[in-house]
Amino acid sequence: MAHFDQRRYVRQETRLSLLEWLKLSPDEWIAVRLSIIVASWAMIASLPLGIAVAFLLARGQFWGKSVLNGIVHLPLILPPVVTGYLLLITFGRRGPAGAFLEQCCGIVLSFRWTGAVLACAVMAFPLMVRAIRLSVEAVDQRLEAAAGTLGASPAWVFATVTLPLILPGIIAGMILCFAKAMGEFGATITFVSNIPGETQTLPSAIYTFTQVPGGDAGAMRLTLVSIAIAMVALVASEIMARRVGQRIEL
Amino acid sequence: MTLFVDVRHKLGSFEIEARFETHGQLTALFGPSGSGKTSLVNMIGGLLKPTSGRIEANGQVFVDTKKHIFVPKYRRRIGYVFQDARLFPHLTVIQNLRYGRWFTPSAERYADLDQIVELLGIGHLMERRPTALSGGEKQRVAIGRALAASPRLLLMDEPLASLDEARKAEILPYIERLRDELKIPVVYVSHSIAEVARLASDIVVLDKGKVAATGPTADIMLRTELLSLEDQAEGGAVIDMQVVEKDARFDIGVLRSAAGEMRVPGLHAAVGDHVRLRVRARDVMLALEKPNRISGLNVLSGRVVSMERMQGAHVDAIVDCGGEMLVARITRLSAETLSIRPGIQVFAIVKSVSLDGSAAGFVRPRVET
Repeated sequence: MAHFDQRRYVRQETRLSLLEWLKLSPDEWIAVRLSIIVASWAMIASLPLGIAVAFLLARGQFWGKSVLNGIVHLPLILPPVVTGYLLLITFGRRGPAGAFLEQCCGIVLSFRWTGAVLACAVMAFPLMVRAIRLSVEAVDQRLEAAAGTLGASPAWVFATVTLPLILPGIIAGMILCFAKAMGEFGATITFVSNIPGETQTLPSAIYTFTQVPGGDAGAMRLTLVSIAIAMVALVASEIMARRVGQRIEL
Repeated sequence: MTLFVDVRHKLGSFEIEARFETHGQLTALFGPSGSGKTSLVNMIGGLLKPTSGRIEANGQVFVDTKKHIFVPKYRRRIGYVFQDARLFPHLTVIQNLRYGRWFTPSAERYADLDQIVELLGIGHLMERRPTALSGGEKQRVAIGRALAASPRLLLMDEPLASLDEARKAEILPYIERLRDELKIPVVYVSHSIAEVARLASDIVVLDKGKVAATGPTADIMLRTELLSLEDQAEGGAVIDMQVVEKDARFDIGVLRSAAGEMRVPGLHAAVGDHVRLRVRARDVMLALEKPNRISGLNVLSGRVVSMERMQGAHVDAIVDCGGEMLVARITRLSAETLSIRPGIQVFAIVKSVSLDGSAAGFVRPRVET
C-alpha cells in the first residue's frame, strides 16, 4: 500500500510541476499583452490607409504608380534592420518627422510602444495591401456602374457594393497584418529597442531568454504562446472568410 | 415622352455622330453589332460622356457640352437593364429589387413593388441569391430592379441577347406588358429584327455610328434596304391587327385589319386581342388576277406603291392594302414578265404556314393623340 501511495504522490507532483512550469511569469505576461496590443493597433491603424492604397494600386491611373507600388512593397524585400534603421533616422527624436511630431503634437515614437506599432505596421503593410488589392481587382466594376444607374452616388456605391464584395480580402489582409505584426522582430528592435514593459514584444522577449543562461524554459513557454495565438488567428480568419464567402456566394 | 439626342463621340478610330428625336413608347436602337448602339445608350444613361453634343428627355437636359452640363448617372433616374443582368451577388433578390428605391426621392417614387413583382412573375424568387437563378429569372429580376427605382426612362441594352430562344420567348411578353401597362418610356437596343418588329413603336436605325433612318416601326420595317445583307431575308412589313375568330379544330386564328383578313396558325392571343404580325417580304407572292383554288389562305388585294431594287435578282414591291403596307420580294424577272410597277392593282398572297402565330407580339390598340 505504501508503495502505491508513493507512486501516486510522484505522479501528482509531476502534474503540479508541469502546470507550474507552464505558468507565465508576470514579465512574460507583460510581453504577451504588449505584443497583442501592438499588433492590434498596427492592424487597425494601417487599415484605412491600406484600403486607400490598395484602391489606388488596383484602380488608379497615375504617374508614379510603379514607384508607389515599389515603396509599399519595399519592407517585404529589405532586411528588417534596414527598415528599422530608416524609421529610427526619420521618426527618432532627432529625425525630421520625429522632431516635428514631438513639437506639434507631443508624440514620441522612438523607444516607445507606439514606435513598435509604427514599425510593425510598416512591416505588415505590404501584406495587407496585397490581400485587399487582389480583392479590389476581382470586383466587377460593371456592378458598380449598375448601382450608379440605380441612383447610388460614388460614396454609396462604395459602401453598399464595393465594400461588401471586398470584405473577404479586407479580413484576410487584417489577419495577415496581425500575424506579421505579432512576429515582427528586426525592425522593431532596431527602431525602439527591447525595453521590458515598453517595447519588449513576444519575439524580443524570446530573443532575450535565449541570450541568458537558464532562459530555455521561458523561451519555450513564449514559443507555445506564439503558436497558440497564431493558430487561433488562422482558425478565426478561416471561419470569418467562410462565413463572408457563404453570404456572398462568390 | 420626348427624347432628343445629338452627340458626337470618338472611340479610337470609330466615330459616332448621331442625331435623333423620338416620342415613342418603346424606341428601338437597331443596327448590326459595332454600329454604336451600346455607346449611344451608355451616353443616355450617363455611363459614357460624349465628346460633344446634347441629350435631353422631356425638356430635362442631361448633357450639353456647350453649357458644360453633364448630369452624373446617379442623378438622372434613368433605369438601365444590361445584357448581363448585373445583379448584386451579395444581396438577395428582394434586396436587389429594393436597392434603387432607397435612392429615389420619396416624392418621385411611383413604382409599386408588388405590381412589378407580379408583372414579372418573380414572387417565388424573393429570398434567393442571384447565383441560384436561371438566366431568364436573372434578367427578369434585373428588369424589376430597374423599374423599382421609379425611372423616368428605361434603357434596355440587348436584354435578351445572352439567352436561348426559349428564355427569350419567356421574357418578351413581360417587356410588352411593361411597355403597355406601366407606360414607362423605353429605349431598347437590339440587333434582332424579330425583337424590334415585335416590341418597338419607333425605330432608330444605326449604321457605322450614324443614324440611317428613324420613324415609326411600321414605316421603317417597310424599308428593307436599311437591313444588312444577312438580315434581308428577315425583312418585311409589320401590321397591327385584331383577333376576330379562333378555329380550335384547325388551330387557326383569324386576324383583321384595314388590309383584310389573315389566317395565322398557332396563335397564342385570344379573340379581341390586338396583336402585331410580322409578314416577311420573301413570304409574299404577287398575282395580277385573284387566284382561285390555292392553298395559300391569305389573299389581300392592293396597289403597288413603290419598287425597291435589292441586291442581285430581287426587287421589293411595297403594296398598299387598304392603307396597311405589305412588302413582297419577287424576282426582277417576274416583275418584268408581269409588268409589275408602281400604280398597278395586285393580289398579295401569304402562305399561312410562313406566319408564326406564337411570335406575334401583343400591342395595345393604338391611341390617337
